[in-house]
Amino acid sequence: MLELNNAYAAYGRIAALKDVTISVKKGEIVTLLGANGAGKTTTLRSISGMLKLKRGEIRYKEESIGKFPAERIVGLGIGHVPEGRKIFPRLTVEENLGIGAYLVKDRKLIHERKQKAFELFPILHERRNQKGGTLSGGEQQMLAIARALMQDPELLLLDEPSMGLAPILVDFIFDVIRTLNRQGKTILLVEQNARMALAIAHRGYILQTGRLVLAGSAKELEANPEVQEAYLGG
Amino acid sequence: MLDSLLSLLPQILFEGLLLGFVYAMIALGYTMVYGVLELINFAHSEIFMIGAVAGVEIFRSLSNIIHNGYLLLLVAIVVGGLVSGLVAIAMERFAYRPLRRRGTTNRLVPLITAVGVSFVLQDLVRLIEALWHNEFFLRMASVSDLEGSVTVLGIFIQYKSIVVIVVSLAMLAGLNLLVNKTRLGTAIRTVAQDMDTARLMGINPDRVVSSTFFIGGSLGGVAGVLFALQYTTISPYSGFLPGIKAFTAAVLGGIGNIPGAMVGGLVLGELETLAGTYLPTLTNGTIGTEYKDIIAFLVLILLLLFRPQGLLGQIVKEKV
Repeated sequence: MLELNNAYAAYGRIAALKDVTISVKKGEIVTLLGANGAGKTTTLRSISGMLKLKRGEIRYKEESIGKFPAERIVGLGIGHVPEGRKIFPRLTVEENLGIGAYLVKDRKLIHERKQKAFELFPILHERRNQKGGTLSGGEQQMLAIARALMQDPELLLLDEPSMGLAPILVDFIFDVIRTLNRQGKTILLVEQNARMALAIAHRGYILQTGRLVLAGSAKELEANPEVQEAYLGG
Repeated sequence: MLDSLLSLLPQILFEGLLLGFVYAMIALGYTMVYGVLELINFAHSEIFMIGAVAGVEIFRSLSNIIHNGYLLLLVAIVVGGLVSGLVAIAMERFAYRPLRRRGTTNRLVPLITAVGVSFVLQDLVRLIEALWHNEFFLRMASVSDLEGSVTVLGIFIQYKSIVVIVVSLAMLAGLNLLVNKTRLGTAIRTVAQDMDTARLMGINPDRVVSSTFFIGGSLGGVAGVLFALQYTTISPYSGFLPGIKAFTAAVLGGIGNIPGAMVGGLVLGELETLAGTYLPTLTNGTIGTEYKDIIAFLVLILLLLFRPQGLLGQIVKEKV
């Protein structure tokens, strides 16, 4: 479904991705693990068109999308839940959802998807008239996911959805991710919480300072001594 | 003396309201553009001037064809708004967007560009008018059915003043609806809050920026037509003073804040009119009416010293 071939990205002169090749197949949960600065967020930003690669190629459903602007890539069915949630603080919860469906013209469909979002996250229904900026971190994360779902993407890019959340909320968010995957969404998940990520993922990649150092099924990675040492706390 | 001062008050407040609405409409253009691009578009005063000139030209060329003054005014308002809106779009497209594309992060660069655009537009209008009419000081043709007046509660009200108020209120209400209730309005607010994340929603920021310039520009253009109607004499340089005062109004309300621009415009209009009337009387003529212009800038200086975020603005805090 999605392939990155020899992706090379840089911020100014500093290389952030060095010839990274990864792929995501339809129906999978694939996780991208690594320390801070390993290039996980850069990978997601390249896929969604926020950052242009210097070299390499991005293919989505057999189409080369590397040159497309971000606003076009969303329309192809790739939803990006960015690092730090990035909800719109001065729009209400409902307006945030509405703007998530910016490319959807059918009002009835928008309404249905809002109802679905409220079923998935009932707290957002309670808060629907509140400004996004007044929500707690967990609620903001739910809103960010719900907002991305408003365009009904086939592929969902999730950037550290567990960051800064209480353990019970982390469990909840991971349950949601698994549910979304069962409902047919393909997921590329960036995480610091390697243990949780590998528990729900089918496959994983490990990045280190911009390079791909390991790839394999979630089982293989969990069993790998180096991974245990570096990312699973021994 | 107090009695005579007080008896003038209703009339002065009314005049201040008229001026205030004009300032408010111009201020909206500054504040909306600042909202999405964090750019003070100093050439916006020329957008206002172009609207005024377009209004004068419509009156000049059509007053023999359209005899109903209100219809003529409606045509002038529509044309003035459209012309100013389109010039604003062109200005963004050719002067500001190339700078944005190049990723210029120094905020002085677009600011100086704006000043340059301002000069270009002034002299372009001057050139066109000089070639066309052999002069560039223009007078709004008077149309008899707009010239009538009534006196209500001791306030002398010209019919055209009523038009100014009705049109301003309609434009401000329309803008509120547009910004808060429509898809485009939500997109504008979204881009103003976070342009990068807006793109992840499928919003094309360039298109939203163009629309913002068009909306702000046409409000300024309509304000120009109303200004020409009310104050009758216009030149290519007429934009400067109202423009910079409207900018003050935008800062007064809190730059980037739409209701703030409306409040700021009205407050400034009232202050200036009150000062223009009362300063000469209170100082026995030492300070004449001509000093009313410094009120706006006095307000600006005091505001920057004591409440830089403006009346309705909030201090922007970075939230982690």
